[in-house]
Amino acid sequence: MGNRDIVYLQEKAKIIRLGILEALGVNNKGHLGGSMSVADVVAALYFYKMNHSPDRMHDSDRDRFVLSKGHSALAQYAALAECGYFSKSELAKTKTLGAMLQGHPERDYTPGIECNTGSLGQGLSIGLGMALGGKLDGRDYKVYVILGDGELGEGQVWEAVTAANFYKTDNLVAIIDHNKLQATGPIKECIDIGNIGAKFSAFGWKTFEIDGHDMEAIVDALDEVDKVKGVPCAIIAHTVKGKGVSFAENVPGFHNGALNAEQFKQAKLDISNM
Amino acid sequence: MARLECLRNAYGMALLEAAKKNPRIVALDADLSGSTMSRYIKNNLPDRFFEMGIAEQNMVSVAAGLSLTGKIPFAHSFSVFIVGRAYDQIRQSIAVPKLNVKLVGSSYGFSDSADGATHQAIEDVAIMRAVPNMTVIVPVDAVEVRQAVKAIIEYEGPVYLRISRSEMPVLTNEEDEFVIGKPRLISEGKDIAVYANGLMVSMALKAKEMLEKKNVSIRVINVSSLKPLDAEAVRQLARGVKGIVTAEEHSLIGGLGCAISDIIGDSIPIRKVGIADRFGQSAPSHEDLLEHYGLTPEAIVEKVQELLS
Repeated sequence: MGNRDIVYLQEKAKIIRLGILEALGVNNKGHLGGSMSVADVVAALYFYKMNHSPDRMHDSDRDRFVLSKGHSALAQYAALAECGYFSKSELAKTKTLGAMLQGHPERDYTPGIECNTGSLGQGLSIGLGMALGGKLDGRDYKVYVILGDGELGEGQVWEAVTAANFYKTDNLVAIIDHNKLQATGPIKECIDIGNIGAKFSAFGWKTFEIDGHDMEAIVDALDEVDKVKGVPCAIIAHTVKGKGVSFAENVPGFHNGALNAEQFKQAKLDISNM
Repeated sequence: MARLECLRNAYGMALLEAAKKNPRIVALDADLSGSTMSRYIKNNLPDRFFEMGIAEQNMVSVAAGLSLTGKIPFAHSFSVFIVGRAYDQIRQSIAVPKLNVKLVGSSYGFSDSADGATHQAIEDVAIMRAVPNMTVIVPVDAVEVRQAVKAIIEYEGPVYLRISRSEMPVLTNEEDEFVIGKPRLISEGKDIAVYANGLMVSMALKAKEMLEKKNVSIRVINVSSLKPLDAEAVRQLARGVKGIVTAEEHSLIGGLGCAISDIIGDSIPIRKVGIADRFGQSAPSHEDLLEHYGLTPEAIVEKVQELLS
């Protein structure tokens, strides 16, 4: 666990956002929007909350990070590089042939990746398996699973939500990156998922609603979760897709869009000024 | 007549025996433990049994997560559901990262005769064979079930184990070695080689008896390990024959017949016995369906004679 220094964590989130740009590059399509929206939560987990280190990657007691919304891998890659799991020079090679950093997280390719995700809806189940394994072994690590709000359309998520409540996995934490947009537009215009917190509550989970860009609120929620016993917890983090890049915020086209040279320059400037 | 033994029961007992010795083994089921026989774990090692309810997709991904904590999870359902309902979870959560999860598909082919097409997996082997990193095993009898359970525990990686719900003749010996990937000679013969698996191996032995009366000698080979499959061993076992017949309780598309003909190519004529690209249906007994869909010793005899005429 790291230091509860909000300014330090905000700086790490900025480094993650710049890393996302580095991994995206110029004129390459990539998942900018969802990576930027989740960057603050990712920073809080890797640099404050989680018990982890590149020096003990296989430590059985480490906390686990599962990016169920695997398309936001750029945010995780930037965080892992900043933690020292691999050289930052890998970021610029993302998604090139033979690269360490694949389009979606793959544990065989990338140090620090716990499991493969990319096909939406599976990460919470995988995380539940890790949580059940931890309980069986009497270990007290936690499993943090980040899901997209659009991803909640997958029925499997609710199978996992039901089972986690049944098994009382209080070592499992779901964090919903609720940026209100999915690939083709607003969630409300696709299949409206409704009140996410109410749904998790109805399934027996303890829920928290926070501003997913307010670092203090994020770390408070992560600390509160530790006090909850006997039920799994869900943090619904209200976020802005594309957060930090002025022209990309709330623009569905940047779900998986490319930045031209001018936009790239502007994006870097925007983030540096955050 | 060989003694009969129930495969699913042998499976459940073998898994329990292994789990008692190996604390890493855990079992998951999707509300079919009484049929898949994972109930032996449920009843005897309840802490290591996870009832996942009627939610196969979650079950398969949870198994992936458990394997990532060092467990050896055995996930159970009927073949048709574990492969069909959870295909994407098998592919993405397990096969791509080569996780050590054992998928056990029970009641394959027509063995769940009464329940009809929805419950009869006839394409599961084709699907699982096509997935990179997947090992596919169809034990021929209770002895091989016990050997296969041990072998797949020792093997680190994803496996699809296809288990019949029926009683089947015991054709192999505990003393004979079972090796993943190796076809096994069951009965020597010189004219035609019959490569079969599951229940079709005993059908091939019946066909052999029928053909002996006509002075035709067939070699019967059990291909319980469909993937990997030792191509050199398959070729060796075809030495000197005039033709090959394959026989399987599976669609003719993508199963044993295709695996053998991919290896043999045009060098030896091949005929295939299997299900002709159609679904099953309800019937009072497994035998009724096998006969209706042409999975019989007579069908094997006919193909052998075709090759020799």
